[in-house]
Amino acid sequence: MHDVLRTRVNDFAVKLANVNGTGSASANSLIMQAIFRMGIPVTGKNLFPSNIQGLPTWYEIRVNHDGYGARALDYDLMVAMNGQTYKQDVQEVRPGGYLIYDSTWPLDPSLMREDIIIWGIPLAEMCNTHFDDPRARILMKNIAYAGAMVAALDIDMGVIEQMLDEKFAGKQAMRASNLQALKLGYDYAKDNFECPLPFRLEKMDANGDKVLIDGNTATALGCLYAGATVAAWYPITPATSVMDAFTSLCAEFRVDRETGKNNYLILQAEDELAAMGMVLGATWNGARSFTSTAGPGISLMNELIGFGYYAELPAVLIDVQRVGPSTGMPTRTQQSDLLLCAYASHGDTKHILLFPANPNECFHFAVKAFDLADQFQTPVIMLSDLDIGMNDWVVPRIQWDDSYRPNRGRVLTKEDLDNGPKFTRYSPEDENFVAARTLPGVSTKGSYFTRGSGHNKFGGYTETPSEYQEVMDRLKKKHAAAAKFIPEPDILRREGAAFGVITMGGCNPACLEALELLERQGTPADYMRLKGFPFSDVVEQFLAEHEFCIVVEQSRDAQLKSLLTLETAVPKEKLKSVLSYSGFPLSAAHVVKGILECLR
Amino acid sequence: MPSIAKPIAKHPTLQKNALGLTIRDYEGSMSTLCAGCGHDSVTAGIIRALWELSTPPHRVAKLSGIGCSSKTPTYFVGGAHGFNSAHGRMPAIAGGAVAANRDLTYIGISGDGDSLSIGLGQLCHAIRRNLRMVYVIENNGVYGLTKGQFSASSDIGSKSKRGEANLMAPIDPVSMALSIGATFVARSFSGDKEQLVPILKAAFSHKGFALIDVISPCVTFNDHKGSTKSYLYTRQHAMRATQTDFVPPQHEILAAIGTNGATAVTMHDGSVIQFKQVPKGYDPTNRASVMRFLDEHRASNQIVTGLLYVDPNSSDIHEMKQTSETPLRDLPYDVLCPGSAALEKLQEEYR
Repeated sequence: MHDVLRTRVNDFAVKLANVNGTGSASANSLIMQAIFRMGIPVTGKNLFPSNIQGLPTWYEIRVNHDGYGARALDYDLMVAMNGQTYKQDVQEVRPGGYLIYDSTWPLDPSLMREDIIIWGIPLAEMCNTHFDDPRARILMKNIAYAGAMVAALDIDMGVIEQMLDEKFAGKQAMRASNLQALKLGYDYAKDNFECPLPFRLEKMDANGDKVLIDGNTATALGCLYAGATVAAWYPITPATSVMDAFTSLCAEFRVDRETGKNNYLILQAEDELAAMGMVLGATWNGARSFTSTAGPGISLMNELIGFGYYAELPAVLIDVQRVGPSTGMPTRTQQSDLLLCAYASHGDTKHILLFPANPNECFHFAVKAFDLADQFQTPVIMLSDLDIGMNDWVVPRIQWDDSYRPNRGRVLTKEDLDNGPKFTRYSPEDENFVAARTLPGVSTKGSYFTRGSGHNKFGGYTETPSEYQEVMDRLKKKHAAAAKFIPEPDILRREGAAFGVITMGGCNPACLEALELLERQGTPADYMRLKGFPFSDVVEQFLAEHEFCIVVEQSRDAQLKSLLTLETAVPKEKLKSVLSYSGFPLSAAHVVKGILECLR
Repeated sequence: MPSIAKPIAKHPTLQKNALGLTIRDYEGSMSTLCAGCGHDSVTAGIIRALWELSTPPHRVAKLSGIGCSSKTPTYFVGGAHGFNSAHGRMPAIAGGAVAANRDLTYIGISGDGDSLSIGLGQLCHAIRRNLRMVYVIENNGVYGLTKGQFSASSDIGSKSKRGEANLMAPIDPVSMALSIGATFVARSFSGDKEQLVPILKAAFSHKGFALIDVISPCVTFNDHKGSTKSYLYTRQHAMRATQTDFVPPQHEILAAIGTNGATAVTMHDGSVIQFKQVPKGYDPTNRASVMRFLDEHRASNQIVTGLLYVDPNSSDIHEMKQTSETPLRDLPYDVLCPGSAALEKLQEEYR
């Protein structure tokens, strides 16, 4: 007997195969959200094409009562709604699993499998019978398969109806047709098959106060709360929804009630060269400003990132990483911008980086990025990725401390300039090697030239070797000093661990699960999840105290391993790699397999 | 860029403006450009215009890109902040700066390489955004710092110092700007201060992007026979289409208006641009007629100068975007942060 046939509550994976642009996303998120509202830990991964309509797209839902949320590779149920990919989709169902397809058209007998259970539901036929509008027939087919899933997985119908009430408040006709379509699928499944399936849902109370949110929305919220007023960007997948969210948040929270005027300005630039320039112009002039982009945008921004570094201007960049090189795969995820960002631009440059691992951290690290940028007067890059940014994650509710005040760093006021010593831009420096700056428009006593050309510690142009080097040496020390202001890594130790596992960002769920599985197999390992760069003493210490460490990351060239080798005292031979760079989110199975291979 | 501080020596009889400042208070460091460079005359024009307008020096923000022209902000208004940016990127930097603080007086200095080659895209989009700033192109048709290559404004047939003729069509910033909706377009000549200073003053009062293309000969690499951007050629071919006076808002308009086909344009701040001289049938507020006039005169190798087009009803980026009257950078944090209660409520949508 296959284990799927045994009753399994709140522990399974579903994959839905659709055609993009047909409205399946709303049906899929309806299911996902309903499971979340039933109090059950759930994750959804959208594996979509770089296309508007007509190409294959998949959505994966993993339910796990222990809260493991990494991508699962064994599908208990496949909802195969795309004729183009039937062959592959049928193959991916685990033995003993289930497949739902639209039996309006017969399934090619050669695709049948003896070891899975296949449900044919005439979805298109039912929708054609019950709906007149051609567009509605297509859209409702999705809601109809969602209805079949409600029956198959024992999703609480009350929860679904509540969600439809909220979604279609004031649109009774829409609500009625959605509910009708839902019932069509639900009733057909109930009448013709044994429901629920052996793997199914049961209400839990695991989600408590948590929220279901994507990283890009959380990032935009962070920028809003940090007090950003000028945003500049160029549309790019998968970062566009950061600015979409920021735009709608500003429309809600940043319009002056009395005057109707906007307390923000979002500039859609002509390209990323300009977007970066706008950010620097705005911060030079005293506003908090940011841009959101992806790898190709970072490539273009390199020129002015170096300017910001050398002229010491704050800037916040949100890099929602996608698959490179070049255009790469815009709708797939990776962590391969790491080295590009760490050393962006020509000449000797080093940047402050933050690595959020989930949407909750996207919010808090975005706020942190603004504080660090202002404090250290330098560009700060937050490295999110498509998996974190565009997928919905169940995360602890975002908490805000109303006593927060932005750290605007060392900025001299008119009074400071009137009463203080003669102002010079790049000296004297404080204990973090940061000098005070002045803003345009305040006083002639604060005037100076911001320049990307060689300058001395007073801000004057120089080609004198010692003067140039003096500034460059201070910049290096300033970057190093930022280490103690970067969030410390999460460290998780296990009894008897013989080695360490190191990772960052979106690899976290897969690593946590993998380490649990490895421990059960008798291979405990310590864990360190890095949250930013430059690395602190804690990182050095973790590296020093382990015989060897395995770095898990999503790039072909082991960029995090390289960065650790370059920027810490760890000998190269003490680091091994587990890599995943296919473009899909990391699974625990991949990490376990990779670590075991390292240990052989 | 290298600079040499000017000795401070003020003559007691120097005239003072409304702020009690002399013209010397609007100067910067000593120029390190070649003796006779047209750019130094433009610098002198800017100094005079800002002094005459009594603009407080610390309320000026000077921006530039890279090139000989982009060095010049060092040479005027030493009391203002300057931003010597990267090659061709000044329009974007200005965009962000203007966004952050709408209350300063912005002047961008660029050249034909900076604006018409590497920065052409950014210039076009700054025009489209109608950033409130004065944008001066010191146009000499040549790359000076890299020693004499043709630029995108070099005319067909114009010869380099080595005698090589340019074969590619030039980009004319004036026609280009008009075609993409620029709201203030002028051309002048560095050797014609009488024309340039009133144009600069009018430009500073314009609510939007004021483009001034100034033919500014390069004495080292492009002032020889065969060049169409030399002093001699420009003097021989310049055609003053319009001659303007700028009358600030608080001043009574004394000169008669309407003679010799001339007209007057009232700007949003109440100042008046008096067109003392315009060709018959020429309307500086009619884009199509201006473009037609320029096309006709280009065909006969005439360099049309003057304040050529102005839209007195121009809406700048802040007006288009309905931005707060208080500069964004001055908004207090408690106005910007929605607070914990709002976040709590908002997150109910993510349940």
